[in-house]
Amino acid sequence: MAEITYREALRDALIEEMDQDPDVFIMGEEVGVFQGAYKVTEGLLDRFGEKRVVDTPIAEEGFIGIGAGAAMTGLRPVVELMTINFGMVAMDQIANHAAKISYMFGGRLKCPMVIRAPGGGGQQLTAQHSHSLDVWFAYIPGLKVVAPAVPADAKGMLKTAIRDDNPVMFLEHLWLYNTKGVVPEGEHTVPFGEADVKRVGSDVTLIAHSRMVLFALQAAAQLSEEGISVEVIDLRSIRPLDAETLVHSVQKTNHCVIAEEEHRSFGVNAEVAATIYEEAFDYLDAPIERVGGVEVPMPYSKPLEQEVIPSPAKIVDAVKRTLGS
Amino acid sequence: MGQSQKPTDRISDAELPVREAGDLGNYENDQLLDFYASMLFVRRFEERVAEMYLRAKIGGYCHLNIGEEATVVGTLKALREDDYFFGSYRTHGFAIVRDLAPGAVMAELFGKRDGCARGRGGSMHLVDPDRRFMGGYGIVGGSIPLSTGVAFASKYRSTDEIVMSVFGDGATNIGAFHEALNMASLWKLPNLFICTNNQYGMGTSVARASAVTELWKKGVAYDIPGYKVNGMDVLAVYQLTKKLVEEVRRTKEPIFVECVTYRYRGHSMADAGKNYRTDEEMAAWRKRDPVENFRKRLLEGEIFTQKDADAIEEEVLAKVQDAVDYAEASPFPDVADLQQFVYAENA
Ligand SMILES: Cc1ncc(C[n+]2csc(CCOP(=O)(O)OP(=O)(O)O)c2C)c(N)n1
Ligand SMILES: [Mg+2]
Repeated sequence: MAEITYREALRDALIEEMDQDPDVFIMGEEVGVFQGAYKVTEGLLDRFGEKRVVDTPIAEEGFIGIGAGAAMTGLRPVVELMTINFGMVAMDQIANHAAKISYMFGGRLKCPMVIRAPGGGGQQLTAQHSHSLDVWFAYIPGLKVVAPAVPADAKGMLKTAIRDDNPVMFLEHLWLYNTKGVVPEGEHTVPFGEADVKRVGSDVTLIAHSRMVLFALQAAAQLSEEGISVEVIDLRSIRPLDAETLVHSVQKTNHCVIAEEEHRSFGVNAEVAATIYEEAFDYLDAPIERVGGVEVPMPYSKPLEQEVIPSPAKIVDAVKRTLGS
Repeated sequence: MGQSQKPTDRISDAELPVREAGDLGNYENDQLLDFYASMLFVRRFEERVAEMYLRAKIGGYCHLNIGEEATVVGTLKALREDDYFFGSYRTHGFAIVRDLAPGAVMAELFGKRDGCARGRGGSMHLVDPDRRFMGGYGIVGGSIPLSTGVAFASKYRSTDEIVMSVFGDGATNIGAFHEALNMASLWKLPNLFICTNNQYGMGTSVARASAVTELWKKGVAYDIPGYKVNGMDVLAVYQLTKKLVEEVRRTKEPIFVECVTYRYRGHSMADAGKNYRTDEEMAAWRKRDPVENFRKRLLEGEIFTQKDADAIEEEVLAKVQDAVDYAEASPFPDVADLQQFVYAENA
């Protein structure tokens, strides 16, 4: 099996689903002629034509609403937000329309739309272009929110997202597009609501998602040289959240660290920590350690920016703190 | 026919003359009676809704179509069964004229299990996909992009179904409106945009909210032809809408219509409707009552007699009573099912 990039894995998923289902189409800024701001949709305009690869004006609220409306008739739009930061101008259509269609109409309509968007920081894109907003979307019942970290999950979860009858926020990361990994050949889907143990360990449970999974794995490799066995769990799916896998792991390791790129307060990490406190309190030998982004708008200067984003070193420190070592 | 202003390179100051009257002679008697009965049904239904609200059978926000009956009936009657409709939160009248079961509409207002949205939506979120009634929406302007998305789907699937999207004057000031109109025009989507200009968004008059008070012009910037019609005259509204529905179907391009109308009640049941408008103004619009005046015209035109009118009144009141009875009889949704419908189950 060949290794492919995260970007190629996404593209393969799009191509396979579009080949299979004529109701699937792509829409967004620069997805066609420009070949995608991050080149995920490269070649798709040639392959599928402008009917199914639709370049939009710069009007996120409008075209996400249009995607949602099309989805209400049974089409399956995959709408690309150039970056998640621009999702903020579309929040009303995402959170107060798409997410509410099924419930407020008593299940009589549905909205099978996927919104793909890269997020995260670390490329000196500064205050307005570096957000991790996963928790904003995960807060809303009616949305599903997933954020795969590796190419195999990227492909498998995008296919699952496209086939899901609900609006799905599919959150990518700027730093992941060029990362490589093995992707199973043939039909490959990954269900939502199942966290994945990316590395088995026995001393501490280290929970992360998206790019932080890669940092967590680096930290775990380093710690294993020091004789500390770390179990790394990739959430993959934020809503629904797989509490069971997390709790099982903590029952085994009795220690837990959560590493997320988002601001440390009020985030996914807080929800995960609360869940573990509620369901596995008696198994914890020490308080949960949370590693998160420093609470500032993202600065430009490199050393400042690097200080904001959690690093493998900070994760290593947190693991040692919780183990008291 | 209502006058139109085709897009020009310069928006002129022209005010379109408002078409005042459709000619009774152009219609079959049955159709005229249907228009009248439908308008009266909206009026009596809404009056009963107000009563039920005051008796605390209905809660939440509750916005009535009283005063706007000619616009409601004239637009919807021009729509084909397989065309789509989108509305705002002021849609009780649209729902019953689109033939949603009146009992299911009233039951929804009561929050009952047999409501058209199974008690999950209430007054602002009436729905019936079987009648292509794609919902009422509570966020001003929020439904407009959705309606353009359905028009997009119609084009994607190469059908000849069009989408009627109804919203208020206030909605023409929000971004979603402008983004949707731009894309509807850019991509040539079959959207008939209907603005019910009832002169106010809550307590703010059009002139205090919109730099352009001739609202039909607001599509012109996007190369969308604008029309303006007397929204107090059901025949004028119907005649124009009928023509434009077919024009949108044929050309697959959007059109914008401003229906000039007035709401007689407050913005919602929580508003007395007085602080921001004068008694004289209200009295002047009352003189143009779409239901009353149409009844007079049908009498004068000898389309029906007072006896016929009385019979229609009785029929309408009976239908309203049936709706209330149905709503009363329906149970509340089971609390155990609270979380049903948050997510659609994949078929
Ligand atoms: C985005 C948004 N802002 C404010 C409101 C509160 N609100 C509800 S209706 C309304 C007035 C809208 O007026 P208009 O579009 O003219 O419709 P009408 O009520 O007159 O039918 C306002 C401000 C809202 N629902 N949505
Ligand atoms: Mg208004």
